[in-house]
Amino acid sequence: MNLRNPLANAHNHGAAGDGVSHWWAQRFSAILLIVLTAWLVYALGSLIGADHASASAWLASPFNAAMAVLFVVTSIYHGKLGLQVVIEDYIHHRFLEVALQLLIKILSILGGLLAVMAILKVAFGV
Amino acid sequence: MATDNRPLSPHLQVYRPQLTSVLSISHRITGILLSFGAVLVVLWALAVASGPDAYQALIQFMGSVPGLIVLATWTFALFFHLLNGIRHLLWDAGWLLDLRGAYASGWAVVALSVILTIAVWGGLA
Repeated sequence: MNLRNPLANAHNHGAAGDGVSHWWAQRFSAILLIVLTAWLVYALGSLIGADHASASAWLASPFNAAMAVLFVVTSIYHGKLGLQVVIEDYIHHRFLEVALQLLIKILSILGGLLAVMAILKVAFGV
Repeated sequence: MATDNRPLSPHLQVYRPQLTSVLSISHRITGILLSFGAVLVVLWALAVASGPDAYQALIQFMGSVPGLIVLATWTFALFFHLLNGIRHLLWDAGWLLDLRGAYASGWAVVALSVILTIAVWGGLA
């Protein structure tokens, strides 16, 4: 039995003023992704059936490299925000929840970095 | 405050699915699928950077039956999440929030996702 006042339990466990920023970040990245998905369809159209030489030449163009970086970063960021909410909603085991949140964060950063490094390597032709 | 483990509504086991609730959970499921799809995009960029052998291996996998199933699922999930996401943004702006709007836009999302997926794969075939 818990004799503490419910308000005492609630203190310092709320959104602490930044709960809305997640909502806005998810919407802004969503709007950006509508535009970027149009580019993705164009990209897949130019890349289907391409061999390695033409795929790397395509990715090396500054416009495509920039859009590819923007697409990868925005979609992984948007995905991280979404997975975070899914975990918050459905994983009720506290340790597992925190571990998964950390894992999602690390994998997002790692995946984003790997893709950006790979795109830049092709773009700079090194 | 009650903290025991009483069941919480909605009681999914006795709840008749409606278009709105099915599309709602589908938005989450396709979102999760697309997160896995992002791994594919990262792998593709790494393969291009690694050279012709790695690139060829990835393309070969994508052309196999499991690869094509992954790609087809990804295409549908992408179109569904994109269109239903636009529906969510319209709701956020205060539009289509009545029953009629929610159902009409819901069926439009389902129809357009199927049509766009078929159009993309029909264009390839």
